Amino acid sequence: MKKMSYEPVIGLEVHVQMATDSKIFCTCSNKFGSEPNTNVCPVCLGMPGVLPVLNEKVVEYTVKAGLALNCQIRTKSVFARKNYFYPDLPKAYQISQYELPICEHGYIDIELEDGTQKRIGITRIHIEEDAGKLNHEDGYSLVDLNRTGTPLMEIVSEPDLRSAEEAKAYLTKLKTILEYVEVSDCNMEEGSMRCDANVSIRPDSNAPFGTRAEIKNVNSFRNVERAIKHEQKRQEKVLSEGGKVVQETRLFNADTGTTASMRGKEDAHDYRYFPDPDLVPIVLEDKFINDLKEWMPELPDAKRARFISEYGLPGIDADFLVSVKAYAEYFEQAVKAHNNPKGVCNWVMGELMRRLNDKQCTIFEAGITPEHLAEVVKLIDEGKISGNIAKQVFDESAETGKKPSAIVEEKGLVQNSNEDELENIVRQVLEANPAETERFKNGEAKLQGFFMGQIMKASKGKANPGIVAPILKKLTS
Amino acid sequence: MLGYTLKQLSEALQKKEFSSAELTQFYLDRIQKYDGEIAAYNFVNENVLTQAKAVDERRAKGEALPAYAGIPMALKDLIIQKDMPATCSSRILEGFVPPFQGTAAQLLEDAGFLCLGKLSMDEFAMGSSNETAYYKKTKNPWDTTRVPGGSSGGSAAAVAAGLTTFALGSDTGGSIRQPASLCGITGMKPTYGRVSRFGLIAFASSLDQIGPMTATIQDNAAVLSVIGKYDKKDSTSLDVAQEDYTKYLTGDVKGMKIGVPREYFAEGITAEVRECVNNAIKAYEAMGCEIVDISMPHTEYAVATYYIIATAEASSNLGRYDGIRFGYRAEADSLKDMFYETRSQGFGDEVKRRIMLGTYVLSAGYYDAYYIKAQKVRTLIKQDFVDAFEKVDAIICPTSPTTAFKAGEKMSDPLQMYLSDINTISLNLYGGCGLSMPCGFGSDGMPIGVQLLGKYFDEGRLYNLAYAFEQQAKLPVMPEKLK
Repeated sequence: MKKMSYEPVIGLEVHVQMATDSKIFCTCSNKFGSEPNTNVCPVCLGMPGVLPVLNEKVVEYTVKAGLALNCQIRTKSVFARKNYFYPDLPKAYQISQYELPICEHGYIDIELEDGTQKRIGITRIHIEEDAGKLNHEDGYSLVDLNRTGTPLMEIVSEPDLRSAEEAKAYLTKLKTILEYVEVSDCNMEEGSMRCDANVSIRPDSNAPFGTRAEIKNVNSFRNVERAIKHEQKRQEKVLSEGGKVVQETRLFNADTGTTASMRGKEDAHDYRYFPDPDLVPIVLEDKFINDLKEWMPELPDAKRARFISEYGLPGIDADFLVSVKAYAEYFEQAVKAHNNPKGVCNWVMGELMRRLNDKQCTIFEAGITPEHLAEVVKLIDEGKISGNIAKQVFDESAETGKKPSAIVEEKGLVQNSNEDELENIVRQVLEANPAETERFKNGEAKLQGFFMGQIMKASKGKANPGIVAPILKKLTS
Repeated sequence: MLGYTLKQLSEALQKKEFSSAELTQFYLDRIQKYDGEIAAYNFVNENVLTQAKAVDERRAKGEALPAYAGIPMALKDLIIQKDMPATCSSRILEGFVPPFQGTAAQLLEDAGFLCLGKLSMDEFAMGSSNETAYYKKTKNPWDTTRVPGGSSGGSAAAVAAGLTTFALGSDTGGSIRQPASLCGITGMKPTYGRVSRFGLIAFASSLDQIGPMTATIQDNAAVLSVIGKYDKKDSTSLDVAQEDYTKYLTGDVKGMKIGVPREYFAEGITAEVRECVNNAIKAYEAMGCEIVDISMPHTEYAVATYYIIATAEASSNLGRYDGIRFGYRAEADSLKDMFYETRSQGFGDEVKRRIMLGTYVLSAGYYDAYYIKAQKVRTLIKQDFVDAFEKVDAIICPTSPTTAFKAGEKMSDPLQMYLSDINTISLNLYGGCGLSMPCGFGSDGMPIGVQLLGKYFDEGRLYNLAYAFEQQAKLPVMPEKLK
């Protein structure tokens, strides 16, 4: 029997913690990692008699995200209560948006592996408050309400994703865009970005959607990919064995890479949503939205296009530079100092990234300023230093903060382009290696590398390869 | 000191006719003497005398003091006064002492008032007779076999019995006006958004409003002038200027148009009440008011609409009483059982009934049929008021269909009890202001109240209308035996 192949249908719900200073409905600090129950007040504790007051920054941030994700912004949206009992939910309801969310009908374009673009729809973005946290210790469950009232935006995609890879590309793009508009630090380790994946499978792309399972709270891009792949396989197995996929909520176990049922549909919650009478509708004036449109920075897609047209960069380089806003900023600053975009880009992608990985720091903490990096490239372009020396100069500039030209000067690292001196060095190397010289003369071309290496060594790396190569050829022909 | 208005008390204190300590002691003595029978106080503030003495000392030193410095008052037990128990007359809030200050209490404190204590009420403001209270079932001072009305029954009885100068109550469907009527005092439900709800323990958020309950119209206007202030801590508080309502009290009401809605004189209203209110209407006519017959056609749906919206909101507002962070906690072996037992033991029957009703009307499959429908009807009821106020300046009608009924009489029949608020509920759905004041007595010797309803932020006009009537009627505000 031929094994049946299925197409997965995936939709993602991403919770993003907003980078506000204070909570959504009170003035408590929104800081991560404080002592339990220290960032709390009667409002976020849900004490009798208190009322929520909306933090306006939250609206601003959500509208920024909505504009960046091509959404329509509702000029009137309302808060709703989502009612359920849980010890980490002080009011026994979460204030969220249900009908009439603040942003709707947006999209993100993602790039597929074959290089084509795919548009992924965004159903809605709504505002909600986070719940607290339970810490289970020694048979007790301790409630920490620091996180209650942390402002979140929930970004819900259309079921447009067709593979785990697409899901990952979507998340990556989403994270990049949100960082560009500075609404969240999108730090998955600290839980400021969390993802629920809705996964179903169907025999082919014309078939109706299958029954979906929801995988809750996956906390890294890699785990989202793993969870979807596993869930896809699990559902395929269920169907191939003649079973039926049931609608349920599942949890992903990062240790085993598998998903397990958390609750079925039969005990699905009835949240009894209704408009929160304590909060008036959010009414946005056109001016507010227009001001934010004015404020909008250049977004990754536009930046990528500009990098290709303005700097003549290959698409793959532009992709890399725009993937993190700071990389693009760094790049442009460096190009301003020395107009060799491709050269600068190569150094950013090469040596600078190597250093970031080694030091586990951000690009602006790497120790080398864009201007200094530009100077390294300029020294190469002017033929003053070789590529190898340049790496040495780069490292030293990064460690000490000194100007690369000063380092070159100080250490006498200027490239040697004196033909007479270089010819002498080449002769010495050839004489010191008679056997290899003979073989090279007889046509063993791969010895070119060996000789170049020896010449570099003899010149302490300062020989200008562009001048050495013809000399070597002349003396061995 | 009894029978002094707040203005008179303020002047007497300033002239040092008596001290704040003497005044406070006077009320503490009366509480000591009468509250055993009236059962109005859930909690009496032991520190109040010390606080009064501190005011006297400051006055002796010639310090500048706020207008009402050293005058005692009391609060319904769902209005938060920092560091004083707030129980909502419910077992589930046993031992709860709020660590923060409510806005109304803060404004009173800023004006110099001292808090005598917290007054009994129907549990979580659910009831019309003060009989659903877990701790104290307050009695009507005019006849202690009768109820004081509810849910601000403790507040109404305390004012009527002279156990405080005035009290604050809260009105969700008539809970200030109905007990004011039954106890023969004045109660004002201000416009929704006029008084901050920050520090008011919620029953139904879109309907609740704090208001003053007083012996006189002048006191009522004076107190609302203090607490009627925009508050950033309440998103539904409206940013309108604070007013001095006492300035409206001219007694000149000539030319005002008063509407008489025929639907508010329908069946269930006793002949005595009808006659008494009609006499009040005649009095207004005699004062030069134009009396206009009006119709408010959706009145008959108000009670049903109210019980859907109010219970829906209540079911959500009361979810937080879970035994985890404050109040009563039942012992149980598992978390689920603890929730279950805490709420089973902590809430009384009426509260449970309403939570269940509210949960039902919001649940999937019924939401559209009940909650959404009720919101639509609410809009129609609001429109009735909007239409009426295009024709008239105020509306007049009976507050309660009957005088105070006997304790226990309606407890076994919740629907009958709900009808006690038939004439007060519509106003909360609309959100305007409404005042009840005494207009006479029934053959049973019990007070009868008349209600004046006004549009948004038209409290000043209602006060003036009420003042004009009060000056003419000169009704006794306190039972003779308690003087």
